[in-house]
Amino acid sequence: MFGKSERAEELAADITDFTAVRGRSLWRDAMDRFLRNKAAMASVVVLGLIVLFVLIGPLFAQWSNEEIDWNRMGDIRGQGMPSIETGHYFGLDDLGRDLYSRVIQATRTSLLVGLIGAAMALVVGTAYGVIAGFYGGRLDSIMMRFVDILLAIPLTLVLILILVIAGRSFTTLFIALGAVSWLTMSRIVRGQTLTLKTREFIEAARAGGVSEPGIIFRHILPNLMGVVIVYASLLVPEMILAESFISFLGLGISEPMTSLGRLIAEGAGTMAYGTLWQLLFPLFFYVTIIITMFFIGDGLRDALDPKDR
Amino acid sequence: MTAYIIRRLLIAIPTLLLLVVASFFLMHTAPGGPFTSERPLPPEVLANIEARYGLDQPLWKQLWDYLTNIVLHFDFGPSFRFKDRDVNDIIAQGFPISLTYGSLAFIAASVVGISLGVAAAIRHNTWIDYFAVSLGIAAQALPNFIMGPILILTFTLWLGWLPGGGWNGGQWQYLVMPVIALSTSYMGNIARITRSSMLEVMNSNFIRTARAKGLPARTVIWRHALKPTLLPVISYLGPVFVYVLTGSVFVDLYFSTGGLGQSYVSSALTRDYAVLLGVTILYGGLTVVVNLATDLAYAWFDPKIRY
Repeated sequence: MFGKSERAEELAADITDFTAVRGRSLWRDAMDRFLRNKAAMASVVVLGLIVLFVLIGPLFAQWSNEEIDWNRMGDIRGQGMPSIETGHYFGLDDLGRDLYSRVIQATRTSLLVGLIGAAMALVVGTAYGVIAGFYGGRLDSIMMRFVDILLAIPLTLVLILILVIAGRSFTTLFIALGAVSWLTMSRIVRGQTLTLKTREFIEAARAGGVSEPGIIFRHILPNLMGVVIVYASLLVPEMILAESFISFLGLGISEPMTSLGRLIAEGAGTMAYGTLWQLLFPLFFYVTIIITMFFIGDGLRDALDPKDR
Repeated sequence: MTAYIIRRLLIAIPTLLLLVVASFFLMHTAPGGPFTSERPLPPEVLANIEARYGLDQPLWKQLWDYLTNIVLHFDFGPSFRFKDRDVNDIIAQGFPISLTYGSLAFIAASVVGISLGVAAAIRHNTWIDYFAVSLGIAAQALPNFIMGPILILTFTLWLGWLPGGGWNGGQWQYLVMPVIALSTSYMGNIARITRSSMLEVMNSNFIRTARAKGLPARTVIWRHALKPTLLPVISYLGPVFVYVLTGSVFVDLYFSTGGLGQSYVSSALTRDYAVLLGVTILYGGLTVVVNLATDLAYAWFDPKIRY
């Protein structure tokens, strides 16, 4: 009569299963949505492979990115093609340098440029936008008018200007990218802050006697994170694009450092001589990075944007 | 509306002023200059040259002269590199070329992009739709400087149909590749924005009403759906114009069209600040004007916006 009933066991398991009852945070929700997004997850995997390649790739390199292969540099077209035997897995560039090492270095540069540019935009833009939006009034209108003015200037030209004037180096490049990338971010953050500021929980915090910095750090910033992360992730490919464009023109970082834009430019310059691999390898890495970045950004937006539930 | 236009114009003035002053000071604080060379000039000669270009004056005086010359005479001063040419000559020579294919690219991107987006939304989930969507995704990875080499590789090296560069008075063969290279990525983006906007509009109540009262599909689309569809597209057109301007720097360089971008990059490399400054100000001014035009078009398209 009190024999084992599978149904009863199931019910008992259901009752003691607290995971079903436990509240789900917004972040957990967003995480689940992102994990379910096939395109975004595939992109994360591909991008992870590229990062892995950049980290581990140099261990397999038989030539450094500065070394010139004197034996083959006279006949790049005939002997410089990609091959395992010569140790030049991606072939030689026009000057007889190992393209494998150079592509790794260029990919690393481009990834760094994207991450650091977006990170700078994230920090500066968020700080600026929160201050303008939270304190409001005249301060807000002055700060935002300034942003409007800067936004009306073609930013790539400003980037070129800064690089030419301050000298072409890694540091200048990052500062210049940071200087132009935060503008739109600050506008978005300001708009969000303005709406958050009037919400009940902020009012409750005020009534409870939380200090203004406390409100900003404990209540406003955490609520901004979703929007900020989405926009920053969309900024990464934009930064990579901008840097590649400038490098293509020959105004980016200088030799022996290189970036994907520079390598594509070099490959494009020599493609008439039948050395197509010089164009195709950097182009492949470039296109892959940009497309995966956009899919990840889109995935994050779908996951974090409460409007599109 | 008039008050709005005037207010916008009043904002445009400090924008341009800030642009000029900021670039001016940036350039004058830079170490080295157009006359620094490996073989240093005798100090007397250098002093003479600097006097010729007014570089011996105090900085505020230089700035004031520069500003008044631009405002009163539309004169950007002499080039530091080319002794017989001033910045106005360089602009007059290069700008019409950049403007020609730039506006063609802008028109191509808008017209083709919008048509494609509308077609994709009407024929939702057909091959047209898939094509527009894939173009929109590819667009993000195919900016002008990627399209350029791809086009030359295909049409010049493999097929041999088109000349690989040059201008030749703007003959169509010389225009095709610059226009395609410049417009593809924006075309894709415009198509994407139009498509999603149109899909949203087609699901709205007033379209359902228009359909319910028996209007033919053609009228529903042209008379009712198109205008609200275009609103987000129009706000994207301003930025597109700016991208086309900066993109033209690449096209000039890569296709050797002789446009303004070539002078811009070479002046950046030789530190010919006068040219660099002049072109930056010209492009900045154009941007301000186009942004204004975009906002006005937006106001005209959206009756809800009143100023």
